[in-house]
Amino acid sequence: MQSHTIKIWAWVHKWSSLICTIFMLLLCLTGLPLIFHHEIGHLLGTEVEAPAMPEDTPHASLDKVLELARAQHPDRIVQFVSKSDETDDIWYVTMTHTPANTDDFRTVIVDARSTELLAPQLRFDEGFMWVMFKLHVDLFAGLPGKLFLGFMGLLLLVAIVSGVVLYAPFMRKLDFGTVRRDRTARVKWLDLHNLLGIVTLVWLFVVGATGMINTWADLVIKYWQHDQLSSVLAPYQGQPTVAAAERAPVQQSLDAALRQVPGSKLSFIAFPGTSYSSPHHNTVFLRGDEPLTSKLLHPVLVDAKTSAVTAAPQIPWYLTALLVSQPLHFGDYGGRAMQIIWALLDIASIFVLGTGLYLWRRKGRTAAKPAALITSPQEATP
Amino acid sequence: MTAKRAKKRFLALWGWPMVLGVLTGIGLVCALFSDGGFGDLLSGICLGSVTAVGLWFSLVRSR
Repeated sequence: MQSHTIKIWAWVHKWSSLICTIFMLLLCLTGLPLIFHHEIGHLLGTEVEAPAMPEDTPHASLDKVLELARAQHPDRIVQFVSKSDETDDIWYVTMTHTPANTDDFRTVIVDARSTELLAPQLRFDEGFMWVMFKLHVDLFAGLPGKLFLGFMGLLLLVAIVSGVVLYAPFMRKLDFGTVRRDRTARVKWLDLHNLLGIVTLVWLFVVGATGMINTWADLVIKYWQHDQLSSVLAPYQGQPTVAAAERAPVQQSLDAALRQVPGSKLSFIAFPGTSYSSPHHNTVFLRGDEPLTSKLLHPVLVDAKTSAVTAAPQIPWYLTALLVSQPLHFGDYGGRAMQIIWALLDIASIFVLGTGLYLWRRKGRTAAKPAALITSPQEATP
Repeated sequence: MTAKRAKKRFLALWGWPMVLGVLTGIGLVCALFSDGGFGDLLSGICLGSVTAVGLWFSLVRSR
């Protein structure tokens, strides 16, 4: 590679990294506890478990569960009701003051079999994990914060690609994994930067790219509603959001959706007028029962008045991409071993970012030159 | 430079990075198709090896 080309790539690497590093350090640090959010939730008592009952204990009507939830918060409406991935025996009822997106929500947790109240008003919008979550997702700045972090993710990808290009001239005369510990601190940290950078390369690229895709989730869903649901909803045009008194029992919507897609399980139901539904439907999001299909959602729009299925559209490729991006970013699909590996690679990435920052700070007049530009690899550093 | 020598130099530089990249790719993808089964095990082995290589060269090996 010619020295001019190397200089251009070095410039790209320096500036793409410098701009995003501080945010990437924040994302790596806040992401670390999020990898273990279930475990930490158990420790903090924010994870609820259903009491043991015989396996074939029948489930109560969903409407009875909703009635109980509404009684806890008469001033709020139900936005979503969901099941966790882990158990079918617990309902999570998300209640807000408005059908719009908001951070002011309460979650009522109800045993699906006995309709026993397991947690009357669990709050997820406070405490350590909430702060970690918000800093990681949107810097407490809503959609603009998300999109900003997405852009920082894009810069990270540029930094990774340019870093790989620069790996060649820097490592040409060194064996893989060489860390020259007996040289100056700068040489040692340069070698560690190159080593950990190349080891975490594919992982960090995938986690960075999927994180960036996740920042577009709100926009992708809005686009999908516009792109594919407009024609489905055309007959309802001009009608107001279905009033609570006119709505049929939600259990009927759920049953209709499950009949529509046999062999599926419920992920969540979005109520009329909320961001994942239309003003006229309970949108039932089902998921498959195979490992991969359990990550994908199948929406079924059920008329909230009549409980008739209006549409069960196949999700388009861009929603599939978004949904597959989520596990690849979270590292929650391969058991405990994967969580630990995710944490170790996250820490390694913090090292790559930290050493990169150090190398830039220490550059001064004694800049590192790749081995390709100088006579001896031993002189590759000050 | 002969083609053979160029290939040798290419592999000396990129051999290990390519192995680590492929292992990471397999590890990330195969667990998507498994729920506590062989895919998760293979994923753990692949991603675990990559992590172990990083730990070994950065922390354990003296030089």
